[in-house]
Amino acid sequence: MAKRVVITGLGVVSPNGVGVSAFLNSLRNGISGIRFVPLYEELNMSCHVAGIPEFEWESLRNYISDIAIHGLKGHNIAFGVAAALDAWADAGLGYETEETRWETGCVFGNSAPDSEATKIVIERVDNHEAKKLGSRIIEQTMNSGVTSYISGRLGLGNKVVTNSSACATGTQAILMGYEYIKYGFADRMLVGSSESIDRYIFGSFDAMRVLSRKFNDRPEQASRPMSASASGFIPGSGAAALILEDLDFALARGARIYAEVLGGATNSGGQRGGGTMTAPNPTGVTRCIEEAISSSGVSPNDIDLISGHLTATMADRLEIQNWSQALQRGGKDFPLVNSVKSMIGHCLSAAGSIESVASVLQIVHGFVHPNINLEDPNPEILKIVDENCLPTKMIKKDINIVAKANFGFGDVNACLIFSKFNNQ
Amino acid sequence: MTREEILNELKGVVAPYTANKEALKNLNDQTDLITDLKINSANLVDIIIDAEAKYEIEIDYDSADKMLNVGSCIDVISEKLNQKR
Repeated sequence: MAKRVVITGLGVVSPNGVGVSAFLNSLRNGISGIRFVPLYEELNMSCHVAGIPEFEWESLRNYISDIAIHGLKGHNIAFGVAAALDAWADAGLGYETEETRWETGCVFGNSAPDSEATKIVIERVDNHEAKKLGSRIIEQTMNSGVTSYISGRLGLGNKVVTNSSACATGTQAILMGYEYIKYGFADRMLVGSSESIDRYIFGSFDAMRVLSRKFNDRPEQASRPMSASASGFIPGSGAAALILEDLDFALARGARIYAEVLGGATNSGGQRGGGTMTAPNPTGVTRCIEEAISSSGVSPNDIDLISGHLTATMADRLEIQNWSQALQRGGKDFPLVNSVKSMIGHCLSAAGSIESVASVLQIVHGFVHPNINLEDPNPEILKIVDENCLPTKMIKKDINIVAKANFGFGDVNACLIFSKFNNQ
Repeated sequence: MTREEILNELKGVVAPYTANKEALKNLNDQTDLITDLKINSANLVDIIIDAEAKYEIEIDYDSADKMLNVGSCIDVISEKLNQKR
């Protein structure tokens, strides 16, 4: 019999809040984490703003040994470790263990290993100094670096895997962990994703002309999902982690339960039917949402809130169209819709996990965070849904079910259904 | 440079790689890097690279293989420093 899967711990390193309480406060109050980055102007990029967490490197001492910190170069690993270990502690679990924790696994994703570390390798090797690289660099240039640091620190001994599916990475990591528990392979999974502050990745998106360049002088207004003045996404960085547990396992240890993962789905549009490397096949998206809902055993009418992918590009209208098609709802009968990206930009691989933490917090605390910068909703979107479904101010409201989705390059989709926990 | 001077400087070189501060304080010729200081064997490479940078010497693979306790580290460093002169 399939197990029920609940969320018992949260950790987040977000551009608008490091730690769950700071992040919650920013979500409630619509606080932006987008800032001007002089380096990007100096480097002649078009977009000079980004979402960068106010992360203190020294805080790593709370998580890993001084020996591990010595020689650590990358923010990808730092953000991931901080979020994961915060989630672990939040679930009421201790870090130290002599024995391997065979019951717990880890699925943690990222888009690329730390370029801060990769750059050192390239420079040393090309400078005929490979011998001087030392022993600590390979663990930071392998894609599984973050997962290895987390699982090693906590002694995790069940499935340990690093996933990568562009902007769907975080959502997919949570889904993979959920499925593993659901089918009885593990009692607990630490899931999440991270994205470093990476000028090389941001620069590559800049080259595609998909980043906003019109709000460089007004950073906090730059990320404008669903608005008529949306002119591209703002690159972001950070990490988030969730602790998922088999319900019976969580109850047996008296864990606090935040919410339940009711179901989810991931697929690809196959880069057919309008889908390409960079654009989604609408049929793939609607199928993914429909499958997520049907796997959850709820009706489309039960969904209170959509936490969209909604990056502030031309794709926003198509996304709303796809949700409307999948749910068979529109106009005033549409769920509330919000995009965390209005406050933190698009955190790429970390987007799915940070935004999932936001979804869970809205369920736990009974509110819907505002879409900031939505003074001018896109008229094409308002043809599909009523303006009141796109809140620009925080709404206090009981939220039972949230649909959270992310859609990534490669035409990859992932959708999760979160629910208030109800032990019946 | 005397052996004692090198020993004192070695404390600083190995410090980032050991959690055993007691053994570090009592560092002597017989202190074994792996069994006494509990240094991860992969990190021995880093200690060698750090020593190379500190003394501006080059430690070849054969010499590096000998550097398992503090006494042999001092032997190798002294030898390379003498060769430099």
